[in-house]
Order: sequence, then structure tokens, then C-alpha cells
Amino acid sequence: MTSPHDDVDLESPSRRELLKRGGLVVAFMWLGGASRIWGMNSSEPIDESHPLFSPNAFVRIGSDGSVHLVMPNVEMGQGVYTAQATLLAEELDIGLDQIAVEHAPPNRKLYINPLLGEQATGGSTTVRYCWTSLRDAGAAARDMLVNAAAQRWKVDASQCTVTRGVVTHAPSGRTLRYGELAEAAAKVTPPAKAPLKDPKDFQLIGKPLRRVDTPGKVDGSLLFGMDVRVPGMKIATVRACPTFGGRLASVDDTRALSIPGVVKVVKIDNAVAVIAEHFWAAKQGLEALDIHWDPGVNASFTTEQMFADLANASEHGKPIVAKEVGHPDDVKGKVISATYQLPLLAHAPMEPINTLVHVRPDSCEIWVGSQVVARCADVAAKVTGLPPESITVHNQYIGGAFGRRLFEESVGQAVAFAKQVDYPVKIVWTREEDIAQDCYRPAYYDRISATLDDNGKPLAWIDRTTGASVLASFAPVAMGKDGLDPDLVECAADLPYAIPNLRSEWVRHDFPVGMKVGWWRGVGPTHNVFVVESFVDELAHAAGKDPVAYRREMLSDDPRFRGVLDLATQKAGWGQGTSAARQGRGIALAAPFGSYLCVIVDVEVSPQGEIRLTRAVAAVDCGTVINPNTVEAQIQGGLVFGWSAALYSGITLKQGAVEQRNFNDYRVLRLNQTPPIEVHIVPSKEQPGGIGETGTVMAMPALTNAIFAATGVRIRQLPIDTSALVQDKNALKEVLSATSPVGDALEAGELS
Amino acid sequence: MLSLLVNGQSYSVDAPDDMPLLWVLRDIIGLTGTKFGCGMAQCGACTVHLDGQSVRSCVMPASGAVGKKITTIEGIGATEIGKRVQQAWLGIEVAQCGYCQTGQIMSATALLAQKPTPSDADIDIAMSGNLCRCGTYVRIRAAIKQAATGQATLPQTIA
Repeated sequence: MTSPHDDVDLESPSRRELLKRGGLVVAFMWLGGASRIWGMNSSEPIDESHPLFSPNAFVRIGSDGSVHLVMPNVEMGQGVYTAQATLLAEELDIGLDQIAVEHAPPNRKLYINPLLGEQATGGSTTVRYCWTSLRDAGAAARDMLVNAAAQRWKVDASQCTVTRGVVTHAPSGRTLRYGELAEAAAKVTPPAKAPLKDPKDFQLIGKPLRRVDTPGKVDGSLLFGMDVRVPGMKIATVRACPTFGGRLASVDDTRALSIPGVVKVVKIDNAVAVIAEHFWAAKQGLEALDIHWDPGVNASFTTEQMFADLANASEHGKPIVAKEVGHPDDVKGKVISATYQLPLLAHAPMEPINTLVHVRPDSCEIWVGSQVVARCADVAAKVTGLPPESITVHNQYIGGAFGRRLFEESVGQAVAFAKQVDYPVKIVWTREEDIAQDCYRPAYYDRISATLDDNGKPLAWIDRTTGASVLASFAPVAMGKDGLDPDLVECAADLPYAIPNLRSEWVRHDFPVGMKVGWWRGVGPTHNVFVVESFVDELAHAAGKDPVAYRREMLSDDPRFRGVLDLATQKAGWGQGTSAARQGRGIALAAPFGSYLCVIVDVEVSPQGEIRLTRAVAAVDCGTVINPNTVEAQIQGGLVFGWSAALYSGITLKQGAVEQRNFNDYRVLRLNQTPPIEVHIVPSKEQPGGIGETGTVMAMPALTNAIFAATGVRIRQLPIDTSALVQDKNALKEVLSATSPVGDALEAGELS
Repeated sequence: MLSLLVNGQSYSVDAPDDMPLLWVLRDIIGLTGTKFGCGMAQCGACTVHLDGQSVRSCVMPASGAVGKKITTIEGIGATEIGKRVQQAWLGIEVAQCGYCQTGQIMSATALLAQKPTPSDADIDIAMSGNLCRCGTYVRIRAAIKQAATGQATLPQTIA
């Protein structure tokens, strides 16, 4: 069977169609149909040690009746294992409670994500790319099992039905289980293309099925990469040069080696690791090292310098135009302009970076949770000098990634340490190292302006973003011919609004060499939707119009925008009732990752400038829903992730190094700060859109627009500086002396 | 040698007195359900019970747990309240990545043991020391209420 992904036209998508699919997808499709080169041929049988029936890369059925589904993407909380298992199981006619899932090994040929041109999980692409191909794989397997039964019974396959993995021949009342058919099914010729179910017959798709991974997450039995243990394993912890691009000059390990449990100190060019019997000894050892760094060329780099450089590039750099419509420079009228500034961000997932590696003379085995498992194998081959076929990577459940584990540099580092010893070693970064050595979401400096008609509607719109490209280092070959990284303009080039004259452009300004940048949940849209939706709000205010009415007047002809706008405003009661002083309601509207969302946030800002979120309402049209429970969870969680960043998180630099180290100075939202969040889904039969990052995209502008409604203060710089929101300076002093974060107070009380 | 009682089982472990209980559990005894998140009692992923009270095991010297009953996520299902909390967690599908959830469940169980029908303010106080980067807080709150009252306020997953 071949597996065309019918919903992805890889032949000749127009530029506009591509932009609608999302910047990263565009970028990787510019690779020139990488997916056609490698193909996603799900008919290819998987390895030798397979159970009896393995008709393709995703389905394995044993004669004992066990059904294993191989997950081409990785589970990091976003629910893809459940979604992908649902797609396979739906067509296989088996229950999610009857299957087990497995992590796919590195194998680009079998498990490539055609929207990313790589065996990768990211950009909210998973369900979008596999919606058809995994159902095809399930249907083909079912077809072969049913034909095996029909052949044994000498009946027509069309007389057979399947329920929960049992094939029934109704006229004779005979039944056979999948396990009993596995051996025979392996000999059946695969169908060219098995028919897919009519959506009205779906048994699993669209239902709030329990996730396949939650029982083990509730009783502690599920293993994350951090939890893997192998015989003879030691544990190490690392410190890399805090200054980006710096080097290890020298290290005195005398004191460290005298600590009980410390085994060895190993060095690489820019980092040192202490190997020990357990993490505690390793950490004690690390702290006992006397390390001298050669900080290199970035030794005086600061956040202030970074933004000065960005501003300079924005003013004087040469922009790459992503989209130009009409003549935005020639329109006459009232001009409104603003500058927005977004900080560097760390990912700070709950599971710090870790990699377990065993380098033997002729092989290298790795256990790590990764969004790019094939790249992990590549880097291990490169660092060890071993041939690719002698590298084994066991992917693992990931304790949150948000983009962090799209970057395998920590795996390369772990292998470089591990090849210095002959036993397996698990490298575990401290939280401090995890925050100080992240691949940071780039900072941005955006200048945006609009020329308005007499009614305050924009006749022209010019949005110039300035910042670094992640794609340029991740996949340089995927950069546009004109040097454009589409991620930079995703949701900036294509707006929900019809504006006759528009230009969206980007000035590339990379960070100093040695400073790693990375994608962060919501990628380009998180950045651009904040700017666009904040600025639309500014324009509405300038026009003296209600932010919803203003948006409604300018909406493009795509009815799905109106659908989510109507639903969210109705559920939130927009325009109804009155709000007290310093209470406000804000809105954001966008279509990231093939989904449409409208989010409305209510806040209260105290006279001292403290922000309290009191309610959030989201409406989403993400096309066909695989699991509504996951959709709701991802939007709720995505909003919390975005609010965390807007309210508290920002990475700052001093002397070329990150200043933050742990959750005390890289703060994130806590339970007591989280409002009730309603998620309303617009019923749709369209192709599935992405969902994992959408909440984060919407969170920041909905919040800051609400703060404007409450206080009249426009937030153009993140994280939010609450001192700008203070109404009563004296009251502020009292509050500052009386409060500390709830978490800290709680722990101090408990531990004293 | 330290003598520790974990989930009803005795362990004799060779560990320095100041070694945090977290690492004794994970790296010596091999109970990995208790997680490392921050190492400084900021995130709550390492929450376990000492005689029924929540503690952050990443800053709790193992020697301080000698003579006390240590309960981890691997043992909490054997308690009536712990089991109810786990059921509620499954019923409304709280977990996303799941890394922090074992700590969340330990904090929630300790809360319900103290306050069988907690108010929103009680939940705020007991749970705000447990971070969740996936942002499952809305469901954590609902699951605690469901475990407390037996009443489901949100749709339940289909198992």
C-alpha cells in the first residue's frame, strides 16, 4: 500500500496556500519535496524481531493477541500518542484499551514527518500530516486480517465484520481474534488502498477517550528519560561555560575527587562533568570543582546591548519582504505606529535535560527523550566516529519540551563525555544548567504602523519584525531563496483582516556566535500574534471603537474567523454588564497552525499593579477533532504557558551569560494565579488543524489587551513591567513589604 | 547506613546523612516515580509524605526521614484517599506530560487527608507550591474537588 497524504498537496502549492499552512511547514516544504525523496511508505515491513504480523511501520500483532502500535512522533504531553493510536485503532477496529504503544526508533525512511522533512515532532504538525496516512495504515492492516479470516472460512471478505479486534462472519456465526489471524494475515497480499471509514461511522475519533499514557503517569510507573536505569550505570552532572561561546580553560578536581561517591571528572572543550555513583555525589563534586573559564568574545554582552543592536538593525538593516499587497507606502491618512519588544525565553520544562549513553568500542546506545530522534543518532555517530548502523537510540516519554528537545546539542555533549568512559553514564543537568544553557526563543524588536481612513479603519499596514532565525541553524537548506525564514512572519504576513495595502517584512539580526536559539511553544505565531493583536487593539482604541466591533468590521472573508469570534464573544458575554474600576476584558483572534481561535481574558489590576486573571474563554475551530479532551487540555495549558511568559518570564544577559537559574528567578504561573478557563469547540468537518501550541499563541495579547482595558496602559514590552500599572505608589510599598510568592512561603513553612 | 521505611518496606541504604531523600529514593532504592525538577523546593515535583505530611524530598536530608513512614507515589494508591485522588486524576485526565503529576497527587492527597472538603482557598494554599509547565491547573483543581466529593463536575474520559 502506498500512503499518499491526500490532504497535503506536495506537488505545487501556491505561495499563499503555503503561508496558510504555517511558516515552518512552508520552510520545510521549500526543501523541494523532501517527503517525496524519502517518502512515507507505510507498507515497508519493520525489523526482523517483529511479532507475526507487521504489515507496515506502525502495526504489530502477535499470535498472543498483543497489538503494538509504533508511534512515529514523540509524546511530550501534547497527546500525540493518543491521537496517533486513535487514528490507527479507528481503522483497525480495535479499542485503545487493547493496544500498547511503542516509541519509534530513528528511521527517517519509515517515520518522517513530511511537513517538517525530518523525523521530528514540532510546529503542531503531527495530526495534520498523519490524519490520512495513519488511518490508511490501520485500514490496510485490518483488510489483511479480514482477508485471512475469509480465506480460512472460505467466505467472501465482504461478509465479515470486525469489532474490538474480533472478526465475525455473521451468516455462520464464526469468529476469530486478531491474534489467531496474525500468522495467516502476514501472508496476505497488502491492498493497494484499503477504503477508509465514513466519518459518521467513527467509533473512536471525536470521543474523549482516555489517553494511552495516563495510567502510568498517575501511579508513577511510566518512565521518562530521566528514570531509565541500566546495569552498571553511573550518574553525572555538567557545567558548561556560562558565557556563550566560551571555553574551559582549566579545572582543578582535587577536592571533587575526594567526595565519597565521585568516580571521575571528564572534560570537553567548553564543559566539565562529574561522574558519580548517584546524582547527589555528582552535584557535590561539581560544586567542589575549581573551574577557570575562557569567556571568549561575548564576555561583555548584555541584554541592553542586544536590544540596542536589534533596534539598530530594525532602523538600518535591509528587510526581506515576505508579503506586499497594494502600495502601503503611498497611502495618505492618519498614521499610528508602535514598537514592540519581546524577550529571550527559556523553555524550562519540568524534566531537566538528561541523556543516558553507553559507548562501547563498536557501538553506542542512547536513551533520551527527543523531538528529533534521528538527529540524535546522527550526532552520536559524528561524536563517536562510529558508523550510523552501530548507533541505537531509544526514544523516551518527555517531561515537557515546548521545543527544547528539537535541539540535540545536549545529546552530542552527553556522548562526548560518555565516550571517555566504558560504562553507561546518565548525564543529568541541574535546573540551573537547564536554564543557563537553553536554546533560547530569540528576542524580537518589531516596528509596526498603520494608515487609517476617516473611520479609523486601516488602509495600509506595515509590520517590520527584527530578530534571529532559528531555521538558519536548524536547517539552512530550508531557508527561502530570498533568505526569508517564514517562521519570522507566520501570522504577520497573513492576517485575519482584509487590509488593502500591506507589507510584512523581516530584518535578520542573528545573535553573537555561541548563543543558541531555538523554537519555543507557538514558534513564529506566539511572537507575531502578540504584536498584531495588540496593535489592532491600539487601532480600535484610536478609532474610539469597541475592540470586537472594530475587528468584525475588518474581518477577511474566511467564515471560520467569524465563527470563533462569534462563539467566544457570546460565551464570554462580551459587551454585557459593566466592569468595575481596574477590571478589563481583552480579546485576541488568529489562525495559527491551521486552526482558528478567539480568546477572551478578564483581569483585575490592583492599585498596586498586581495583575489577577479572573476568567478566560476560548473558542476554537481546529477542523475535525480527534479527541475533544485533548483539544481542551492543550488550549488551557497553552494559555497558562503563554501567560507565564507574559507575566514573569524573561531571560536577561550580563557578561555574556544568562542571569536566571531556577524557578525563583525564572518564574512561571502557579495554580493560585490560574483563572477558570472555558474552551468551546466549533463543530467542523474540515481537515484537522494543529492544536498543541495554539493556546500559547493567543495568551499574551488577550491578557495585555485586558490590562489596557483595565488600566489604560498599553503593554508593548514583555514580560509585563507591573510598575507601569501602579495607581497608588504608597499602597505599593505596603504590599511589597507584606507579600512573597505563595510557593515560597508555603515551602518555607513546611520545611522549617 | 540509614534505615528507611518506604511504602511499608524497610531499606538499609549506604548514603551520606545530608543526601536528600529524593536521590536516595531515585538513585539508590530505584523508586523513580518521585521526580527531580529544581533541587531547591521551588517546584514540588519531588513531593513525598513523611508520616502523612507533604515534604519536598529534594531538600529533605534522608537522615531526617529515619524513623518516619515515607510514602511515595508508588505507595499512595494503597491508601484510601490516594486511590480516590488517582481515580479522579484519571477520570478527568489531568496529566499532560505527567512529569509533575506524581508530586501533584502527593500534595493533593495530603491536603484531603487534612481537609476532606477543601475550599478553593485551601486548594490554592496546598497546591501552589507544585509547578506544572503543561498548565494543568484548572483540571488539578477540579480533580481535587471530584476526589473530595465524589461528584464529577467535568466530563469523564472514556477508558
